[in-house]
Amino acid sequence: MEKELWKGNEAIAEAAIRAGCKYFFGYPITPQTEVPEYLSLHLPEIGGCFLQAESEVAAINMVYGAGGCGVRVMTSSSSPGISLKQEGITYLCGAEVPCVIINVMRGGPGLGTIQPAQGDYFQATRGGGNGDYRTPVLAPANVQEAADFVRMAFDIADIYRNPVMVLADGMIGQMMEAVEWHDIEKRELPAKPWATTGTQNKREHNVINSLYIQPEPCAEHNEKLDKKYKLIEEKEVRFEEVDTDDCEILFVAYGTMSRVCRAAMKLLNDEGIKAGLFRPVTVWPFPYAQLRNAAERKSVKGIVDVELSMGQMIDDVKIALEGCKPISFIGRAGGIVPTPREVADAAKKAIGR
Amino acid sequence: MTNDIIISGFGGQGVMAIGKTLTEAGMKEGKEVSWLPSYGPEMRGGTANCCVVVSDEPIVSPIVLEPSELIAMNLPSLIKFEPTVQKGGTIFVNSSVISEKVTRTDVRAIYVDCIKTAEELGNSKVANMVMLGAYIEAMKNLSTDTIKEMLVHMFTGPKAKLVDLNIEALKRGAAFVK
Repeated sequence: MEKELWKGNEAIAEAAIRAGCKYFFGYPITPQTEVPEYLSLHLPEIGGCFLQAESEVAAINMVYGAGGCGVRVMTSSSSPGISLKQEGITYLCGAEVPCVIINVMRGGPGLGTIQPAQGDYFQATRGGGNGDYRTPVLAPANVQEAADFVRMAFDIADIYRNPVMVLADGMIGQMMEAVEWHDIEKRELPAKPWATTGTQNKREHNVINSLYIQPEPCAEHNEKLDKKYKLIEEKEVRFEEVDTDDCEILFVAYGTMSRVCRAAMKLLNDEGIKAGLFRPVTVWPFPYAQLRNAAERKSVKGIVDVELSMGQMIDDVKIALEGCKPISFIGRAGGIVPTPREVADAAKKAIGR
Repeated sequence: MTNDIIISGFGGQGVMAIGKTLTEAGMKEGKEVSWLPSYGPEMRGGTANCCVVVSDEPIVSPIVLEPSELIAMNLPSLIKFEPTVQKGGTIFVNSSVISEKVTRTDVRAIYVDCIKTAEELGNSKVANMVMLGAYIEAMKNLSTDTIKEMLVHMFTGPKAKLVDLNIEALKRGAAFVK
């Protein structure tokens, strides 16, 4: 298959079109504006609808409307814009409306900076909206994965009738790499009898709603959702291990930061220190058992959690390890990406070498 | 073999285009490639740069901190990145606008009078292609034929006449490498 050179944001947008997404609602924000830019040009070509909403709040509610009709729909933004969408996301989860949400993370908190960061981990994996809800979150580490994961995300959304997030960062959004538009795993997709497609006087009308005002039905709804989330935890965990056999240092990192760790691993290996990488690909559901297995290897002296934040994923690493091995943390926030040398030196210090 | 390249200059000098051309040519020759632009709250007339990696091995990190080659299209770029170039690396200097010389003695310096050459060809916009020609001649990591094929693909219809101009610019650039 021929390789093509794609900018991350444009690959994300093209992947959505290839996944059959015909509807996009969003609002521009650096560093993801090429996503709406690309779709504003190409969605009309296929008879789709691109709409630049008056705000992120409006955009996510338009997603609710379109998703409720059963069509594939996407929105994208960067950190502060995703914060604005939080109310809509909990409503989408409550009403079980499938959709794909792209977050090309930048430095925070607040307006922060436009440079890459990973400070939205808590928000993405725990949710910034109210109530007991979950959204599967796929975290690409390169442009090929960004293109693949967007297409996978639409399938996961339809299978579980739930919003799915693709969590990238400014570097993946802005960089160009080779992409192959290979087929992704073909999954069986359910019909959408719940969608508001018009009754034609042949059935009861469908209601897309998250309001269950009586406690009993609301409790029942929560239990139904919880069952779904447990199934996702069982079926949708994804991760990658690199050089973890016999490693002394086990890095845990996702997305862009995992690439810096791989560069640090080379430096360490040159000095005769074996280092490996455990990379969560889904940050929710988090690969707890798989990380525990990797960490329990006899050779592993210490776990080094590395993030473009002041330490968020480390909470999940601690849950996974239950104190079985010492954990250290390396992180920079606010748009600074640590160098491989800094990561390698801090990792050595962490295991006392 | 890995080339870690930083290309830097004023906005409008074709810095990003040099990077994209190198990246695409590398990909077409079956190499692993990445292109990472600097982006930020840029000032008009400010300096922009991009990192390009062209490698025979999978690229771990697209961030170039210690380039094997630096293409400096303006003085601020030379001042900023000269100290970061690897020992034994190569610095390409746009001598049309940079009168200063490379001060390091552990690197190779190649001076390319890009703008004057482009003006002699009747189109100052090909100054970046003159620089690219010098780069490929000096590094020999990519084939000029690949770039020529890309140009034919890029310039079609009324723009087809630009193909020869760009090829000539590459040749003139190559002549600066001794």
